[in-house]
Amino acid sequence: MDKVAIVGVAQTKYEKDKIEQTYLELVFEVVNKLYNQLGISNDDVGSVITSSNDFNDGRTIANMAIQDAVGSVRKSESRVSGDGAFAFIYGAMRILSESYNTVMVVSHSKCSEGDQYLINNSIFDPFYQRALGLDQVSTAGLMANMYMTKYGITQTQAAQVVVKNRKNALNNPYAHLQEDITVDEVLDSPMVAYPLKELDLPPFSDGAVAMLLTNEEMAKKFTDNPIWFKGYGSCTDNYYLGNRHLTNLIGLEGAAKQAYQMAGISDPINQIDVAEIYDAFSTHELMGYEALGFCDLGKGGQFMESGATQMDGSIPVNPSGGVLSSNPTMANGLIRVAEIALQLMGKAGKRQIPNAKIGLANGMNGICSQGNIVLIFGGE
Amino acid sequence: MIYEAVDSALKDAQLEPKDIDAILIGNMDHFEGINFSEMWTGVEAAPGYLKPVMKVATGGTTGSSLGICGYHYVASGIYKNVLVVGWEKLNEGGATTGIITAFDPVWERPSLAGALGPLALMASMYQAKYGATSEHAAMVTVKNRSNAANNPFAHLQMPNITVDYVLSSQVISYPLRLHDCCPQSEGACAMIYANEEEAKKITDTPAWFQAVETAHYYTYGTDDKMYDLPTATIASKKAYKKAGIENPIRDLDVAEIYEPTSWSELAWTEALGFAEPGKGPVLLEEGITQMSGELPVNPSGGVLSTNPIGATALVRFAEAAIQVMGRGEKRQVPDVEKALGMGFGGSLWTEIAIFGKEPLR
Repeated sequence: MDKVAIVGVAQTKYEKDKIEQTYLELVFEVVNKLYNQLGISNDDVGSVITSSNDFNDGRTIANMAIQDAVGSVRKSESRVSGDGAFAFIYGAMRILSESYNTVMVVSHSKCSEGDQYLINNSIFDPFYQRALGLDQVSTAGLMANMYMTKYGITQTQAAQVVVKNRKNALNNPYAHLQEDITVDEVLDSPMVAYPLKELDLPPFSDGAVAMLLTNEEMAKKFTDNPIWFKGYGSCTDNYYLGNRHLTNLIGLEGAAKQAYQMAGISDPINQIDVAEIYDAFSTHELMGYEALGFCDLGKGGQFMESGATQMDGSIPVNPSGGVLSSNPTMANGLIRVAEIALQLMGKAGKRQIPNAKIGLANGMNGICSQGNIVLIFGGE
Repeated sequence: MIYEAVDSALKDAQLEPKDIDAILIGNMDHFEGINFSEMWTGVEAAPGYLKPVMKVATGGTTGSSLGICGYHYVASGIYKNVLVVGWEKLNEGGATTGIITAFDPVWERPSLAGALGPLALMASMYQAKYGATSEHAAMVTVKNRSNAANNPFAHLQMPNITVDYVLSSQVISYPLRLHDCCPQSEGACAMIYANEEEAKKITDTPAWFQAVETAHYYTYGTDDKMYDLPTATIASKKAYKKAGIENPIRDLDVAEIYEPTSWSELAWTEALGFAEPGKGPVLLEEGITQMSGELPVNPSGGVLSTNPIGATALVRFAEAAIQVMGRGEKRQVPDVEKALGMGFGGSLWTEIAIFGKEPLR
């Protein structure tokens, strides 16, 4: 399915508190960067898909505020309420339906302006669950505890994920937390939601990401090395945590199977050169390895120890530093796509994986990988 | 409530939940105070478990943005069918409280926030420019609310409503009176889209998408003159071209437009090319947009009768499709070949879909 290409990406630096910029200015920054990089103007963009979340932006119809910034006056913009990787697939569909030749996809979050506990607590059932104090942190603790207990995953194995990703982030000029930390530092950090400690969890970040998609004919006009959309799958798990397995990410597994089928991938470890996965907390990345078929169920910890997902391993995961290093929530999935595009373009600078030809990115909506999307890209 | 709509749609298409490829949800989650509402409704009220579920939310246009997204889901070739569901339960939240937060907190919230403030300003400017009267606006309400009496799904059904009744209602925001304004409704609308091969298995009389178009506008509504709706002109012209419509009054058989106020229908039927600028009232005076007229507008009763926000614009698409399928019963316009559905929302955005008895080749 070599019909949709990514021809350029732009990101802001992800930071704790971009107090000098409104969220529409964050969006304008990445749109402007993308335009300058590709030498294009509003007229070259057929349609725009944005991703954002009203609760996070503190405004309903949150995309209203960014119309001027994305240059959608007199043309079509639509907004996916949720993770940016879903905005990517909607943008790709607009090209596949032959409705537009070019689509710009943009996502942003400015987490510093909201109370993240209240925002995430509002995802839960108002009568039975909100009062329990559930949010994405406490549920991550529940999930981590069940997963680690069932499969004998150790806190050290979990800490290795954090060490890897924060260290990788040192090579990524856009990353928020760039830290050369040790396993002991992770293990000694204050307990937040047992068994997850402060350093097992991501920061909250401000930032935005944009990219331009084109059809096959247009791609060569913009770049010599377009990145091609090869595979897609999406799968949704149960809403109520009590109805979920919590020890394995069956939604992510379902999405991966569909994406692999579309992209003709039967042996992910050998066929995929680099992966940017949604690591919402340390053990979540381990569960991701399993769901994506990189290792067997329950073997995520051992797979981490094997070094396979390190920068020089057989399948480097999150060379960018992942969500554990930069977490502008709604943008996370689209950042994963952008980072894979940079890897396959050979433009990832110090975080470049040599000769990366096939890459995987995934996004997530809701709590503990309820809504999942997996995307496969290729450089040729 | 959402399950009721989903279940009815599945039964109507004689499909099982397992037959559905993907779910699209439309809802303004600020209004009911539920974040990621699609993660709950998509699997609890719709058959989204272990399937793709995504939400599209663009304010008043939510339903049409959703309706258009569904088109791309199938037209892209990725899915053979999709279940599209828009809903709102406004008494559990506050529409105006929610909508006020759409506006810039520094520049616009103190002066031009919520839905009715800007719509009143638009009505006032339209009135001042073209001299339309409150009586003209009241005629729109009378037409739409009496049409609603033929629509079993409509919220406000007023078969005996009169112009005097509308004119004697309380002023809400000049020149809008209570009965110039849409109600706050609760409800859900579900549609099933399928590709050509699948559609044949489901029905002999599908309604085909012939064009979908969107035009957005400046972040600040007041960055433009507000007496007309330029995005309706931009989007409808593109859609007419795609669907081979030269003269909308002649070539369209029915239109379901998004009229949040009576005045909006006067001005926006002009923007859609049904009348020259300033001549919207003539459409009513000459009966052109009445049920028996040349181009009936809002046989369902429109937004003035029913407004569950996340569903409202999808209801326009659904009612236009129902007319093309010939299933409008007491509200059916005879011999519909082409129908228009319109969504309005955000900072003066318009979305258009044209449905026809045959697919465009």
